[in-house]
Amino acid sequence: MAASELDTRVRRGGFWSDTNRTGIASWIFSTDHKRIGLLYFYSTFGFFLVGVLLGLLLRIELMAPGRTIMGPQTYNALFTVHGVVMIFLFIIPGFQGSFGNLVMPIQIGARDVSFPRLNLFSWWIYMIGAVIVLTSLFTGGGPPDTGWTFYVPFSARTGTNVSLAVLGVFIIGFSSILTGLNFVTTIHRLRAAGMGWMRVPLFTWSLYATAWIQILATPILAITLVLVAAERMLGTGLFDPVQGGDPIMFQHLFWIYSHPAVYIMILPAMGVISDIIPVFSRKPIFGYKMIVFSTLAIAAAGSLVWGHHMFTSGMSDTAVLVFSFLTFIVAIPSAIKVFNWVTTLYKGSISLEAPMLFALSFILLFSIGGLSGLILGAAATDVHVHDTHFVVGHFHYVMFGGTGFAFFAAMHYWLPKFYGRRYAEKPALVGWALMFTGFNLMYFTMQVLGMKGMPRRYYDYLPEFATLNLVATVGSWILVTGLIIMLVNLFRGLWWGEPFAGNPWGGATLEWSTPTPPPTENFVEEPVVTHGPYDYKGSGIP
Amino acid sequence: MDPTRFISTTEAIDPVFMFLFGACLVLLLGITAAMLFFVWRYHRSRAPQPTSQVESSLRLEIIWTVLPTVLVLAMFWYGWKEYLVLRTVPKGAMQVTATARMWSWSFAYANGKVSPKLYVPVGTPVKVNLVSQDVIHGFFLPAFRVKRDVVPGMANYAWFVAPKPGSYDLFCSSYCGTGHSGMTTTVEVLPEAEFAIWLDSEAKKTEEAGKALLEKYGCLGCHSLDDTTKVGPGFKGIWGRSETVASNGTERTITVDETYLRRSILEPNADVVKGAPPVMPSFTLKEDEIKAIVDYLKVLK
Repeated sequence: MAASELDTRVRRGGFWSDTNRTGIASWIFSTDHKRIGLLYFYSTFGFFLVGVLLGLLLRIELMAPGRTIMGPQTYNALFTVHGVVMIFLFIIPGFQGSFGNLVMPIQIGARDVSFPRLNLFSWWIYMIGAVIVLTSLFTGGGPPDTGWTFYVPFSARTGTNVSLAVLGVFIIGFSSILTGLNFVTTIHRLRAAGMGWMRVPLFTWSLYATAWIQILATPILAITLVLVAAERMLGTGLFDPVQGGDPIMFQHLFWIYSHPAVYIMILPAMGVISDIIPVFSRKPIFGYKMIVFSTLAIAAAGSLVWGHHMFTSGMSDTAVLVFSFLTFIVAIPSAIKVFNWVTTLYKGSISLEAPMLFALSFILLFSIGGLSGLILGAAATDVHVHDTHFVVGHFHYVMFGGTGFAFFAAMHYWLPKFYGRRYAEKPALVGWALMFTGFNLMYFTMQVLGMKGMPRRYYDYLPEFATLNLVATVGSWILVTGLIIMLVNLFRGLWWGEPFAGNPWGGATLEWSTPTPPPTENFVEEPVVTHGPYDYKGSGIP
Repeated sequence: MDPTRFISTTEAIDPVFMFLFGACLVLLLGITAAMLFFVWRYHRSRAPQPTSQVESSLRLEIIWTVLPTVLVLAMFWYGWKEYLVLRTVPKGAMQVTATARMWSWSFAYANGKVSPKLYVPVGTPVKVNLVSQDVIHGFFLPAFRVKRDVVPGMANYAWFVAPKPGSYDLFCSSYCGTGHSGMTTTVEVLPEAEFAIWLDSEAKKTEEAGKALLEKYGCLGCHSLDDTTKVGPGFKGIWGRSETVASNGTERTITVDETYLRRSILEPNADVVKGAPPVMPSFTLKEDEIKAIVDYLKVLK
């Protein structure tokens, strides 16, 4: 064992020092949910940074019309890989895998998840799938160029390495299903004494709803991907009209998973926000029961709206009617959440540390994303903005401005708890301000471009779109500058920053009642829950 | 024909945009203003302790469930109603068949005329029947708020009416591979008399016949008539040029002659010019068509 590693363990204490394995084996063979959580965190976040780099390259290419730094085939491969990496390797497994694993068992007063070995197995499956996806980029006919949606007939015809990429995503799907099963069981069976369902913290509630979507929806993705592979390798013709197949059927199958998957991506983010806002307002969350209800309502109704990706596809007008209606229905629980979060601030005592800054900007960016979603949900207006940069802007407002910013909030809020050291506030503020500015400059401009008619997945564009594309690209530079400042500050803090102990944020959920960093089985003595998760008076927090 | 007889698609859709954006803006400003005010007013420097521990209010929850419900149902209904305008082709619309292929458009008229641009008369509703020869494309006219996917094996259509003469963008909106962003053309809206003349005119000279064929089969989607490279090599000065090509994985140098051009049309991936992607589909043209194209390329300097 290296001396520096021993130093780190002794210095940090808790689960860091309490292991009988050494080196990398103490991580990749550990069944401790906290170590698995950090494994997931570093692997998914590493892929996030890869995705950011690819996105940056895409924006540089779009800085000016014509060829800037790459040819069309490279551009098409990059936006495909950007999407696949961000969605399947970061945002779907990211929240549950890292913060779900790190925090959820402690939040419910458990010593670990129900199936710790299955939990480790999930990470291994995820890594195997990820390695296969990465292999597909450098072998065979080159990186896939289909877009992350793998639409047939194009995906069945292209000579690029689609089959291997699809196999990788297929394997990752099993990781998602197993994590879902594990979390549902854990939340049902392992809650501490006294923690009735109405005392479950909202982050855990969100993971519970998410886990059900993972279990129920992911198998459909698996089947769909198998069918694409069969189409390519066996020529089954299921999606080929010449052989009696139907390309639209693929789109239905794909979105039956991939729309609920959007809620897999956003629900845990909403859960984090619901946990952070009351803590930094020193006030119970407003409308706890309505937030729980809306979480479950989103998970249920979100499974029935997939067709709104297909209004222009040629499916029947009746289907357009039904899916447009259901899409507007699913907007209501999201609106309820936003109103409850904002009302939680009323008459509180608000402090604006980094987790709260990111949480408040989540509300704003998610609202912009959600409201632009209404434009896409209405049949008449969707036709104009469908498949344009408006959709790209909308999606990034929800997924990056929403889930991404919530992920950053969670990093500042919870990682110090597991490292025993913290970041500095001032650089965090600078990083946040730059990211927020760059973000809006980039993605709001994209929405304007979409309204003006610029289609998405365009390597080149007409001169009339040039100025706005340049603005968006400059926005991406500001955004990435802020991201770098934020990350340097955060990780420098986790290694060498001020000590972080006790309950500095003043949270009333159980993770703030254990030692910092938590010991291997989390609690010194088994906790008994006597108050709600946001009852600051009841838990004696000033 | 009187242009005011039909509600154009733009006139139908834009008010829906106005209503939706207006309502969204009010909501966004309300949420932002409330949030900023609360953060300022109840900042710890002004409010050292929380002054309320209220956890819920049934009345508020009902209000902010019912009001958004009413609002989104109104949005849904208005959006659906005007969507029907896009789906209902006015009687007597002129029919054009749009054929999309990787990566170009061609438009066929009732009299057999084929054009790479969509020429239409002003004020006349046009129904565009959408045919794909390969993968899914998207027929998108931003100026008319019209979009419909072009799906192989599926009889999709779109319609629009242009109230004013002019030239409008026509994009492929559904991602279709290497040349996707180059798959753009225009809608040319002409006064009725001018349109009638255009529709009856025919390409006459040999040179024009070859060029017309290149347009008809969408060759110009990927090959320019000057020396710029789009997806494949440009056509200007191609005759007699020596090119390095990859044939079955081995590189060799050839001189562009009639045999090579003929082979490149019928079996495009047999000899692929170095640096170009092997993505061109095979075109089964008639002998006289190939002859006309070769004759045109011979003189294109």
